[in-house]
Amino acid sequence: MNGSLLQDIAAYGPGFLKAAWLVLWLTLLTILVSWACGLLAALAQRSDLRLVRGAAAFYIWFIRGTPALIQIFIIYFGLPQLGLRLSPFTAGVIALGINSGAYVAEIVRSGLSAIHRGQTESALALGFSQSQTMRTIVLPQVFRIILPSITNEAISTLKNTSLLSTITVVELTLYAQTLISATFRPFDFYIAVAVIYLVLTTVLTQIANWGERRYARLS
Amino acid sequence: MTDGAPLLRLREIRKSFGTFEVLKGVSLDVAQGEVVSIIGASGSGKSTFLRSINVMEMPQAGKMDFGDFHFDFRKGAASHPTKVQLQKLRAEIGMVFQSYNLWPHMTVLQNVIHAPMTLRRTPRAQAVEEAEALLARIGLYEKRDSYPARLSGGQQQRVAIARALAMKPRLMLFDEVTSALDPELVHEVLVLMASLAADGMTMLLVTHEIAFARDVSSRVLFFDQGVMAEQGPPDRVLRNPESPRLRQFLHRILHDEMTRTTEDQA
Repeated sequence: MNGSLLQDIAAYGPGFLKAAWLVLWLTLLTILVSWACGLLAALAQRSDLRLVRGAAAFYIWFIRGTPALIQIFIIYFGLPQLGLRLSPFTAGVIALGINSGAYVAEIVRSGLSAIHRGQTESALALGFSQSQTMRTIVLPQVFRIILPSITNEAISTLKNTSLLSTITVVELTLYAQTLISATFRPFDFYIAVAVIYLVLTTVLTQIANWGERRYARLS
Repeated sequence: MTDGAPLLRLREIRKSFGTFEVLKGVSLDVAQGEVVSIIGASGSGKSTFLRSINVMEMPQAGKMDFGDFHFDFRKGAASHPTKVQLQKLRAEIGMVFQSYNLWPHMTVLQNVIHAPMTLRRTPRAQAVEEAEALLARIGLYEKRDSYPARLSGGQQQRVAIARALAMKPRLMLFDEVTSALDPELVHEVLVLMASLAADGMTMLLVTHEIAFARDVSSRVLFFDQGVMAEQGPPDRVLRNPESPRLRQFLHRILHDEMTRTTEDQA
């Protein structure tokens, strides 16, 4: 390494911290979008209307069959051609959210199928509506079941934010790249980026583990 | 039993699954306070009939009167039940299932207060107070903060009954509620049901517990191949069955019970 580690941290630490903070925000907002998309698509797949089911199936098929990077490019570079210009940040959150949503939809679908029919039946027999039953009886149970899978998906999402470096979102990867082009120290800075991602994913995993333990008493 | 109109009146209820006709036009009047047991072989339509009373199964034809509800199940009929009407109807008819179906993510108390708080807008304090009284009655007050998974099958089924009672139903439907229970847990559930009957609750139950049907019910219905083949007071229907099929059915059931008893003693 050129110079001492302490000097490096003093010089680049704040910048990395800011980039890491941005990654956290990107991840959080993306998760919100992806859960909304995923839940909607999973419920749409059980709709009585063929058109709704078809739309959900198409969405999942398209997203899972194309690279995330291309989806990001379509949203950021493609949509302006149709007159919709989004900031890199917004385009990134929407693209990654829609991407992850397709995977969340599959997770939610498997969770829904794990809920015994009797759970819904007993609620309907008491006079609950379909949506009340879904909201208060089915989904809370689904959430507990899918928590581990949905954590994995959140971690993928966090790592995928590095793709947004390609559309000029100054997150960790792009920040490191700018430093590298100025300092010619790719090894140092990419290792630094890797370590920061590791810290973030580990923290996320720990939070999820804590949540899982809280629900463990229900099994 | 009171005078005047029956609490529940069903006329010519019909239901098919695909080409298989499960109910071939069943009619029934149930008076306030009556306890009606429905017996019959599996596939006789007895469960489907019970489930069409709170319209968990939508009949394809027939009429129903229950309180202010007057339904005609024929497709396109003016008084065909709407979704909202069904929700209101079901709020007044309690149903207990073979597999208890308690909600595992809620405590016993939460299971009991969920419906009154959500559907009747009962204030929490009042809902809790009423639920605790119900739980005390079924002998599970001290389990109010437990999750269902910690309870025995019999305890879960008693909570399921309390959950239905929390809505203060005018009619209770029991669908083979002891069939999934270990033999030694059946008794506690039957005792609770007998005490409800003694309190004047109007009840319809599909059951294989012939002794319970004989001792507690005011009327026994025998279902066979989608029709109500025989009905009357338990003494007559169960001791002096008219039709050969009912005799056969009772013989088989009682034989099973005797075998079970003999095995228990062995």
